[in-house]
Amino acid sequence: MRPITYLRATDTATAVAAVSTDPTSDFLAGGTTEVDLLRQNVLNPRRLVDINDLPLTGIEGTPDGGLRIGALARMSDVAAAPVVRERFPLIAQALELGASAQLRNMASMGGNLLQRVRCSYFRDAESACNKREPGTGCSAIEGFSRGHAVLGTSEHCIATHPSDVAVALTALDTRVHTLGPNGERAYPVDDFFLLPGDSPHREHPLEHGELITGIEVPAMPLARHSLYLKVRDRESYEFALVSVALALSVMNGTIADVRMALGGVATKPWRARRAEDFLIGAATVRDNFALAARVEMADARPTPMNAFKVELAQRAIVRALDTLGDGTGPGAGSGSSP
Amino acid sequence: MTTTTPSAIGQPLDRVDGRPKVTGHARYSAEIPVPDTAYAYVVGSRIAAGRVTDIDVSAARAEEGVLAVLTHRNLPRIAEQPPLIPSLAGTAAPGQTFFPMQDDTVHYAGQQIAVVIADTWERAQHAARLVRVSYAESTPVTTLDQGRDDTYVPEKIFGGWIPGRIERGDVAAGLAEADVLVDGTFTYAANNHNPIEPACTTAQWEGDELLLYDTTQGVNATQMTVSRLLGLPMSKIRVMGHYVGGSFGCKAMIHAHSALAAMAAREVGRPVKLVLTREQMFTSVGHREEQEQHLTMGATRDGRLTAIRHHKLSPTSHFDDWAEPSIGVSSEIYACPNYEGVYRLFRANTMTPTFMRAPGEASGMYALECSMDELAHELGMDPVELRLRNYTDVDAMSGRPWSSSGQRECYERGARRFGWAGRDPRPGTRREGNWLIGTGMAAACYPVAPPANPQRARARLYADGTAVVQAATPDFGTGVATVMTQVAAEGLGVSVDRCRFENGDTDLPNIAAAVGSAGAGMISAAVHAAATGLREQLIKRAVTDPRSPLHGADTVDVVVRDGVMIAGTATDAYTELLQRNFQPDAEASGQWSPPSGDVPYGMMTFGAQFAEVAVDAELGLVRVRRMTGAFAPGRVLNARTARSQLTGGMLWGLGQALLEANYMNPDTGRWVNSNLGEYLVAVNADAPDVDVELIEVEDSIVNPLGVKGVGEIGQVGAAAAIANAVHHATGRRVRKLPITIEDLL
Amino acid sequence: MSARGPALTERGAALEERGPGPVRVRLSVNGTEHTLDIEPRVSLLDALRERLDLTGAKKGCDQGTCGACTVWVDGRRVLACLTLAMTCEGREVTTVEGLAGEGELHEMQRAFIAEDAFQCGFCTPGQIMSAVALIEEGHAGNDAEIKEWMSGNICRCAAYPHIRAAIRAVRDRA
Repeated sequence: MRPITYLRATDTATAVAAVSTDPTSDFLAGGTTEVDLLRQNVLNPRRLVDINDLPLTGIEGTPDGGLRIGALARMSDVAAAPVVRERFPLIAQALELGASAQLRNMASMGGNLLQRVRCSYFRDAESACNKREPGTGCSAIEGFSRGHAVLGTSEHCIATHPSDVAVALTALDTRVHTLGPNGERAYPVDDFFLLPGDSPHREHPLEHGELITGIEVPAMPLARHSLYLKVRDRESYEFALVSVALALSVMNGTIADVRMALGGVATKPWRARRAEDFLIGAATVRDNFALAARVEMADARPTPMNAFKVELAQRAIVRALDTLGDGTGPGAGSGSSP
Repeated sequence: MTTTTPSAIGQPLDRVDGRPKVTGHARYSAEIPVPDTAYAYVVGSRIAAGRVTDIDVSAARAEEGVLAVLTHRNLPRIAEQPPLIPSLAGTAAPGQTFFPMQDDTVHYAGQQIAVVIADTWERAQHAARLVRVSYAESTPVTTLDQGRDDTYVPEKIFGGWIPGRIERGDVAAGLAEADVLVDGTFTYAANNHNPIEPACTTAQWEGDELLLYDTTQGVNATQMTVSRLLGLPMSKIRVMGHYVGGSFGCKAMIHAHSALAAMAAREVGRPVKLVLTREQMFTSVGHREEQEQHLTMGATRDGRLTAIRHHKLSPTSHFDDWAEPSIGVSSEIYACPNYEGVYRLFRANTMTPTFMRAPGEASGMYALECSMDELAHELGMDPVELRLRNYTDVDAMSGRPWSSSGQRECYERGARRFGWAGRDPRPGTRREGNWLIGTGMAAACYPVAPPANPQRARARLYADGTAVVQAATPDFGTGVATVMTQVAAEGLGVSVDRCRFENGDTDLPNIAAAVGSAGAGMISAAVHAAATGLREQLIKRAVTDPRSPLHGADTVDVVVRDGVMIAGTATDAYTELLQRNFQPDAEASGQWSPPSGDVPYGMMTFGAQFAEVAVDAELGLVRVRRMTGAFAPGRVLNARTARSQLTGGMLWGLGQALLEANYMNPDTGRWVNSNLGEYLVAVNADAPDVDVELIEVEDSIVNPLGVKGVGEIGQVGAAAAIANAVHHATGRRVRKLPITIEDLL
Repeated sequence: MSARGPALTERGAALEERGPGPVRVRLSVNGTEHTLDIEPRVSLLDALRERLDLTGAKKGCDQGTCGACTVWVDGRRVLACLTLAMTCEGREVTTVEGLAGEGELHEMQRAFIAEDAFQCGFCTPGQIMSAVALIEEGHAGNDAEIKEWMSGNICRCAAYPHIRAAIRAVRDRA
């Protein structure tokens, strides 16, 4: 880890000014990505601006049924909040199926959205990686790619977006609020995560020094009937191979409304709009679920090593729809015990 | 806890080191406060094959606090490279016969090419990053597919202990006469030990004397290896290591970092602490090699084996012929007249692989026991019955009778506890919701390997009635300090709470590295000899002491309980005897010399494994719901610590079956997932409750107390039982480890 | 000594930039105030182990993947390897050494011994700090919950069933 200087910010505007005026400064929140990647020599800031004292930790339900989450609210606190569990079970489930209890106590919601990929070629600080060092090439495409993305990839990067909760938030038309040197902004979540294209080092539209201040989840009554299904090799403490965030409203055997997003298979939290479009108005039968899944995955571009994810994702989508579609209530993610 | 003496052995005594471990006061080797310690950080090679053409250390050297940067250009040459001999032999035991930084050659990725020493760990770590290395890279060979066309059959493997080919009978004829043939190729990912404590050595020189705090399975092995490498007299090296945070084989041999720490400390004139990073643990301390095994077996319609052919292909380093001996046990445990086992190796850009828990047995028994399951299925025979039908009371390879067995009881009692009887053998017939349920079983076995040299211990009884018993061995979690306290207490005839076992220091009597599940057997032999020797000395003293109530008694009539010598109605306490004679203490050394030459017995520990899995066939998920293991490890010194080790071994089998893999990037020759986030070991959520049945068998051959060991057999067969259960659940026969989601979609 | 950058003044707030050389840091650990001169890049784990000689928290991976370094900051279980020591100024750090009074054992420590919930002992301080927090968090309701919420602490000896037994014993005593 390179030598760094440290300062602790006491108000948001000062923190933003401190980072935005210095290209070598980074914000430090929970540290679970920043400290890890500093030590790995993947990140190289000269100065850390500690924002943990900023008053951005609120978790509150809005009167219309939505949710406002401060950027510095910790994953564990958000997952435990009754209003989150009641209105948005998929958010609570996605949070609690991520990382470990200790990491969830540390990691902030804002930091979670900005966490970096687990691609080993990105993390090793040695291999060619367009995300870490633009223009050097992508080692994963011809390399070991079992965990890599099959959707939203480019010839420059196939790294999977690692967040679980971002997948749930993407299904819910969330807005990400920021404060930057040019004032406050709000981004629809789908615009917040960028596809790698030919600039995989740009993962989001934030300017340097622009700080996530909060996450706004709009009211969505159907989200009360929702789940987050996570499929992985190990039963806990592992990133997803495939995950499905799903909220579903069924009336008389027909899907009235649906929100779906996928994790573990795409370079960004993947809103499954094609599947949603297919499903609205469709009968809750397995054939329709399978067709919706196939439609969503039609453009998948796997490597030989991760080709199984295309099938696995479809089966996970069907499983999620099956679980919610029969009206028996939300599932418990991959935690459903054998 | 007070235990009356005759039954100290076998009691489920709490661990004697429990309190320091749960309070955080136990000091592991990187935690000994040594004033003025500097920190060493290793730089590993980025390439897997080629040469270092230049190393620019100027930027690293210029960092504040950096004391030295060692490379092949300025690291002193080693005095001598000792041969690779398993550390159980009690000699120098390097992990490989290549020592890094002696020239510019690079044999494998991660090979040490520089060591940076600084006054803080942070500074050393950062400066290591600033060492600029230029390479001339050649094309690496690392994977089975890259090497399979250029193989050879070695004369010997495993440090020269195991022949590269073994045969009996006529396998072709045996297969020809079979009614049923089973044939399969099994592939195995490379595995890494990953004890949670990384390897580390703290080195401190005082003049020309060297003190090492080392994480090792044998402090004497470290002492002897470093002595040879550095050309330092044995008398000038002391190695300590009381607590070791797990090893599983990666600390069984002495790898380069121990000597490098000593060389670094000499260079900077300060004590140096060298701790490997987690990533370096994948390239610096050996591993279980990637491998492929091909097993063919034939049997008659009534289930009698006619032939087994078992071949293995694996990569080894450029300097050693190493393969874990996966083939041995398949030649021994079933009555089968015809057998052929062959190891094929190819040279690869890897460090020499090494022992990893049940080295060979865990992988070989996967192939054998999955094949047996398939055979049972083909024959329509119960898998337990098939194994009983091929039971042998002699080692099928040597023809020698087992020193003890217990194998039948393991099948029987394991099956009973598990509820095996009445199992519907048809695959895919049990479903609970999305989960298909299956059960499977496998045999377990692990050879009893005695050490080659005398094992020693010392016992001292103080005049206050407390005792200290000493032997050099570290305790890396086996519970050896606890069980030796029990052995010593029973031998001396004192209660365990008055007895302390002191260990982990080469100044104490010599013990070979505790490897190959041999620790409990050989150390207990030495401790027992020392403790009973001291008891006999004291009894003899009493019966010849005119002031003793026992004066004149025959020594054979004297028993000792709770420190009191008793002959009939006469008693004399150890304390009174010593105090009366103005003797502050009494002391005896004990030695156990393992039988030399050929023992006319086959020596093997047996067991049986049972597992129940739930498979979500749609999502490819396998969850192990329960495991039962029945084991016959000879005499059990402490039922609690024995169960713990067996439980751990069985859960290692679960990890081997479903999780553990490091993958190689064939183009670069670098491992891909060298961290605990991507190299998956079982977490709490993966681990079901485990039922362990201990079946004690008497064995008067293996060692004085008849201890066969429990460190490794728990893992053997567990992966096969799980794979067989997966087949039972789904009808799918997966011949690959680990079995992952894509195998079951 | 403390290299101090220019104070930034923005909307009236003055920020003190400290480092990159050693700076004076006050840490409260197990109820005792300590003053350290450390570089800002020093992790809480290295501050505890290498500067304060509190070696109960272990370095198993230094990457947030094993849980051996689990300590409490302001009563919550966190990973000391991914926490910079300086960020703990003004907070209370509790390590396994501070779990019980001098010479005493916390009931979880006793239960770990009684259930033989460890072998090599290296992950044990982290397991215990997690286990005590687990019960306080209310996540020890049943075995499935214990399994999931203890999965951030790897035990390579795989004493998991015994760790669960120790946790159950303490939970049921409460």
